[in-house]
Amino acid sequence: MADFLYQLLLTFDATLRIATPLMLCAMAGIFSERSGIVDISLEGKLLSGAFVAATIAALTGNAWLGLGCAMLAGITMSLIHGFACITHKGDQVVSGVAINILASGLTIVLGIALFQRGGQTPSLPKEDRFTPIQWWGVDLMDSIPILGAIYRQLISGHNLLVYIALLAVPLTAFVLYKTRFGLRLRAVGEIPKAVDSAGISVTWLRYRALIIGGALCGVAGAYLSIAQGGNFVKEMSAGKGYIALAAVVFGNWRPLTAFLACLMFGFLEASTARVEGIEFWVIGEIPSQLLQAIPYILTVLLLAGFIGKPKPPAAIGQPYYK
Amino acid sequence: MSKSTPPLPYWADVVLLPLINLLAALCMCGLVIFAIGENPFSALKVMINGAFVYKGALGYTLFYTTSFIFTGLAVAIAFHAKLFNIGAEGQASLGGLGATLIAFALSSLPGIIALPLAVAGAALFGAAWGVVPGYLQAKRDSHIVITTIMFNFIAAALLVWLLAGIMLEPGQFSPQSSLLPEQTWLPKIHEILGWVNIKTTPTPLNASFLVALLTCLFFWVLVWRTRLGFEIRTVGQNQDAAHYSGINVARVIIITMAISGAFAGLMAINQIQGVSHKLILGFTAGYGFTGIAVALMGRNHPIGIFLAALLFGALVQGGTELDFEFTVITREMVLLIQGMIILFSGALAYMFNPPLARFIAGLTAGREQSNG
Repeated sequence: MADFLYQLLLTFDATLRIATPLMLCAMAGIFSERSGIVDISLEGKLLSGAFVAATIAALTGNAWLGLGCAMLAGITMSLIHGFACITHKGDQVVSGVAINILASGLTIVLGIALFQRGGQTPSLPKEDRFTPIQWWGVDLMDSIPILGAIYRQLISGHNLLVYIALLAVPLTAFVLYKTRFGLRLRAVGEIPKAVDSAGISVTWLRYRALIIGGALCGVAGAYLSIAQGGNFVKEMSAGKGYIALAAVVFGNWRPLTAFLACLMFGFLEASTARVEGIEFWVIGEIPSQLLQAIPYILTVLLLAGFIGKPKPPAAIGQPYYK
Repeated sequence: MSKSTPPLPYWADVVLLPLINLLAALCMCGLVIFAIGENPFSALKVMINGAFVYKGALGYTLFYTTSFIFTGLAVAIAFHAKLFNIGAEGQASLGGLGATLIAFALSSLPGIIALPLAVAGAALFGAAWGVVPGYLQAKRDSHIVITTIMFNFIAAALLVWLLAGIMLEPGQFSPQSSLLPEQTWLPKIHEILGWVNIKTTPTPLNASFLVALLTCLFFWVLVWRTRLGFEIRTVGQNQDAAHYSGINVARVIIITMAISGAFAGLMAINQIQGVSHKLILGFTAGYGFTGIAVALMGRNHPIGIFLAALLFGALVQGGTELDFEFTVITREMVLLIQGMIILFSGALAYMFNPPLARFIAGLTAGREQSNG
């Protein structure tokens, strides 16, 4: 039993690590989608962030600079998205697809040109990365059964960006629901005309939403390449941006529920490695591919209205004409 | 549209604007190549040589073109009904599964029956993978962009499970099936030409190129010469108007997605029945997404799609040549070009519209003045 509990604890620990980039990207997606802009491009922003973070950290030996530049990279991609679909009223999905493919191409082309390692960046030494932070009193807490282990494994011992991601969730909720900016942001995603007739710029509001989203995706990218990992590998975002998008939809475009969706998707991913080869009672062995596909299947079922009722922002996907 | 913009003449909208967009995309890529310290023009020359000039190059180019025609048509037919099918990738994967399963199931039958049925299997499985998101969009109002993305991932998981599990060829470690029965292989074009005593360089170009051309024709007839095509376009223009004029909108959406999925599924016959002769994981190689670029550039018309597919075929084939000639530019350059093309020909398609319209209006006004 104790062993099972410990395994469960380790799975939760892995869940948190897997869910971190999902949470950041999902919050980014919520900002942009609640303002009325479809954000397929989370994946591309995440990938660009990861590449720039690893590149800058490798060139300067400074993880903080890497993080900052990753945020700038995410914002740049967001601005391209905004330029295409806010300023020029282009199709938001097309623009998103373009950014994703552009990010795949650019990161590999620039990576090869800079480092000649087939698209990888050099491995970073520990001191140039965000390393796990040991919280105060871990050894002291160890003497307490269960709680001590939880404190050591689950609460302490993550890198800074994990805690930033955990903070991003209540912060997003606060900004959306408790500030004037958030109220306007939600309004512009529902009835942009009303916001416009109140004398507030629809364009500028949507640009700001995209910029915040870009910065968040940049942090998520930095997490992949200079915190969880130690270098950039081509296509390292591996669909995480899309899972985050699924979490936004699954969470009904709300920060807290999207956060729970990220945790659930993270838990499914974390348990794939652990259930392999185990015979379950009645159902037998569960294929790991099935577990990996569950987030997508659940999202489709939700969209189909079989689990609750999805309520996307009313004006999503439509460019605003004055 | 601002009020001061004069309308763009038809020829400029159909020919000039796409060319300007393409040029803008290529210029941006040229800038990137220049920034990493290479000469964009020598890269272009290598790509053109690699795509058209070298022995057998054209065959390879047309081989890739074939795949892009299928995925381009798949995205385009959905666009006509104003549906965004990002799922061509998954539908093509399922198409590959369909062709493979039918080919194995009919291994005892002669080729004249088994071969076309395997092709039909590809279309059928692709259609099935397209019909579900279509149904969910039509009947349950689930946004098709999200559902088709999700279906791509579900298809990928399904194929990994099958190819690493029950369909894995014994003794193989990389996920792939065993060889298809030989009578279900599509003949290569150089073999067909060989039957009439024309000797050409062996290339992977195969009979599915002809299927692709026929599909282009079918597309044109369907969209512009049939009642269903009229209904598809009406639904695309205005769903409410379509509904009030008595069109069953849900039915049209579902049928459109079935056709779209079938086109995407057919892309698999080029790769699997044409060349590799087995189902290999990841054989779709992102061509489903390239289909979006092809449809956008080709303005959803078969002739445009053929030309755009040829361009992308040339890019892919020419891109492989980059690997040999340069140390810092590789075939991944093509991804960059593709992204730029989707950005400029798709998302920013009308950025150059007002200035171009003003420019042309200015020219014609000037001519009228000098004439008068």
